[in-house]
Amino acid sequence: MRTAYPIPQNLSPETVNNTASLLRIVALILISGAAIASRLFAVINFESIIHEFDPWFNFRATKVLASEGFYEFWNWFDPTAWYPLGRVVGGTIYPGLMATSGVIYNVLHALHLPVDIRNICVLLAPGFSAFTAWSTYMFTKELKDESAGLLAAAFIGIVPGYISRSVAGSYDNEAIAIFLLMFTFFCWIKALKSGSVLFSTVAGVFYFYMVAAWGGYVFITNMIPLHALVLLLMGRFSSRLYVAYSSWYAIGTLASMQVPFVGFQPVKTSEHMAALGVFGLLQIVAFAQLVRAHVSSKQFQSLLYYAVVATGLLGAIAFALLTYKGWIAPWTGRFYSLWDTGYAKKYIPIIASVSEHQPTAWPAFFMDLQFLIFLFPAGVALCFRQLRDEHVFVIIYAVMASYFAGVMVRLMLTLTPVVCVSSAVALSALLDTYIDPQEPLEDQEESKERTKAPDASNGATTHQDSTPVSPAMPKKGKKAAATAASSSSATKTQTTSSTVTFILDALSSSSTKKSSSSKPRGIFGFDARLAVILNTIGMLLFFVYHCTWVTSTAYSSPSVVLASSNSDGSQHIIDDFREAYYWLRQNTEKDAVVMSWWDYGYQIAGFADRATLVDNNTWNNTHIATVGKAMSSSEEVAYPILRKHDVDYVLVIFGGLLGYSGDDINKFLWMVRIAQGVWPDEIQEANYFTPNGEYRVDNQASNTMKNSLMYKMSFYRYPDLFGGGQATDRVRQQSIPSPGPTLDILDEAYTTENWIVRIYQVKKDDFLGRDHKTANAFAQGKRRRKAKPPVRRKALLA
Amino acid sequence: MAPKAGQPAAAANSPLQTLWKAYTDTTPDRLKFIDSFLLFLMLSGVIQFVYCILVTDFPFNAFLAGFSSTVGQFVLSASLRSQVNPDNKEEFKEVSPERAFADFALGSIVLHFFVYNFLG
Repeated sequence: MRTAYPIPQNLSPETVNNTASLLRIVALILISGAAIASRLFAVINFESIIHEFDPWFNFRATKVLASEGFYEFWNWFDPTAWYPLGRVVGGTIYPGLMATSGVIYNVLHALHLPVDIRNICVLLAPGFSAFTAWSTYMFTKELKDESAGLLAAAFIGIVPGYISRSVAGSYDNEAIAIFLLMFTFFCWIKALKSGSVLFSTVAGVFYFYMVAAWGGYVFITNMIPLHALVLLLMGRFSSRLYVAYSSWYAIGTLASMQVPFVGFQPVKTSEHMAALGVFGLLQIVAFAQLVRAHVSSKQFQSLLYYAVVATGLLGAIAFALLTYKGWIAPWTGRFYSLWDTGYAKKYIPIIASVSEHQPTAWPAFFMDLQFLIFLFPAGVALCFRQLRDEHVFVIIYAVMASYFAGVMVRLMLTLTPVVCVSSAVALSALLDTYIDPQEPLEDQEESKERTKAPDASNGATTHQDSTPVSPAMPKKGKKAAATAASSSSATKTQTTSSTVTFILDALSSSSTKKSSSSKPRGIFGFDARLAVILNTIGMLLFFVYHCTWVTSTAYSSPSVVLASSNSDGSQHIIDDFREAYYWLRQNTEKDAVVMSWWDYGYQIAGFADRATLVDNNTWNNTHIATVGKAMSSSEEVAYPILRKHDVDYVLVIFGGLLGYSGDDINKFLWMVRIAQGVWPDEIQEANYFTPNGEYRVDNQASNTMKNSLMYKMSFYRYPDLFGGGQATDRVRQQSIPSPGPTLDILDEAYTTENWIVRIYQVKKDDFLGRDHKTANAFAQGKRRRKAKPPVRRKALLA
Repeated sequence: MAPKAGQPAAAANSPLQTLWKAYTDTTPDRLKFIDSFLLFLMLSGVIQFVYCILVTDFPFNAFLAGFSSTVGQFVLSASLRSQVNPDNKEEFKEVSPERAFADFALGSIVLHFFVYNFLG
């Protein structure tokens, strides 16, 4: 056998196997190391804290779990969230993430490694990304082979689409969910291939873990039934499918109902009905198969066929009826907006107001996946070529996840694993072809001839001229000649005295057979291999470079701390958020109630430890609309709302001085829209625009805008800052009218260094029973003449 | 598995009789034993369901736990049946009958752990 490059010959298979597995282990360890290390930019550049908004709640809940134990956590009622209402935390969260950290915390403490719970929470996501890489390896191994698995593990270890949700400090549900997703899918594929109940039990248990960890478990409950259904429709029903699916469903569904937040949903909502329907269908089909095994009558089989179809239809109609009657809840808005993409914006502004729920732009795909997005379709096409059961799964997964990722930015996360897997399949197929040292068959014989005798080639060339086939096929001619030469040399060594005609016959027959039936396929020569392999390695290197760059620049900044660079390149940290939160923590009463827009609810509860009116868990839309109404209406309307809800402090985010664009004035329109959804005759979005329909904050702004509490709170005393000069809002690039807004019902309590967070204290009722406006006017009028009355008032208040 | 009684009523009596005869003649005793267990589970599930429909579904979790214990056990036993069925030998290459039984036991234990947890 001729090879393109020398390979060692006399190695025992055991040596090869052992070396290969050693290399695999080393590679997996290195991949884990890379996956963990590339997520630590934020910890190294800044500090080890929790980022973003949602993780703050998870962190707070985990602290309860770590300090008070599991039962306390399970029955935890949080009276400080959603202030007058409170929140039953145990029944409104997915506890998997907290339970995982709690277990890790307790194990580490049992081993006398007293690690702070905060560090466990911060570093949980990088740790689990290593497991994700491993489970992706296992999954891809089932699909192709170990080398593709290693590629897939390497891809998912560093791909920015996954890193974006799992950097250190991002203590969110997705941190462990992607690992559970991949491992559940791996167990499902394994169960389907082997038909073993063991693997479907494990799949059921990991499905349970996934349900406990992330709301995206609905993706699994619909992917696996869809896969089973497609296999049924393709006529690939097997007993293995029955065994794998039925036991997964029976165990997984019962297990998923143990999570209090999920409750009876798996039997009562539309999202879970596909799984139940396919379960029923599989029972019918399996029973029909069993009967068919016992009876051979053609007529009976057709009857059974109709019975199967009719029962299926009946089941579907029953589902439709149940949904129509209201026994089964219809799709929730969150899922419905995935199908009808205009739905959320029209009916549920609170879903549309989250930036992660917007459609994905093209550059985002390249940014998050780089060259994997180009290899991804090729990998899916390769899956079509083999089309075993597990390839069908990958194809369905690819199609569904691509659609969802196109609809919503946030669902890029579920697309990333399948992109990694199928790109790894494609790339590994390419590398298999081009690294394979074996030259095609024809070349082997040519080499044999070359080594044997130089005079044979002379004979071959003479023969080549006389071969009738070669002129007809100019391109194949060379190869045909090669075969001719080899066979002729072989015959020459055997019988030198054979007749020319006999050889010619043999030649023509062999060459036509070769060129027609088995075309020489493969890669000839070393240079062709080298060109392709070098290109591939180049692409892979650029991928690594791109991933590192994206991770370090785009995805590794804690939103709590804003970083900017000075003119000399050094880093300048803007820490206004924590400054304000710690002011709240240290300078207000323990039971003070803080009102802010819901984005900051979790952070206030986490950092400042004060009760909030609304937070990021947007379960009560009316309550949020109440806050929106208070923010967007005039002082006279807002004051009763504030008083009725016992609000002591109002917190707004203002980025006008620094150019921080994510401030409350830019979110203001969403507050208006959400409030308008509940009180359409009191709040109208059109009132906040100029007559030309522009959203402005300068002196052309509409009166409703200028009188709104949010406007007044944001720009209170702002023009004073410029000492009579033009007061510019650096976000809106507009100038603020010089005598700034006045506030009657609020006192400014605290404003941070860069004016990002402004905290106002709500005034108590006036002690003389006047309304605040007249009281304020009176106090201001008085102050011009005498300085006494304020002092007396203070004494009276005390 | 026991023949479904009133299912193909249009096909007269003869196909059902052939089915029953073929079943009793060709099925090994082990499988018949599993089938009788399946029949028992099915009846038990039907009784629970009828009770739920006719009387009350008040402790809904208890109903779900009981009902899904029968359904789950049925499915696991049916899986065991098809795994140990000698006709399916080439389909389950990796699963010997002994391993199938161990898997069955494990699956049932896990299932009933959740059942008892959910009974409440």
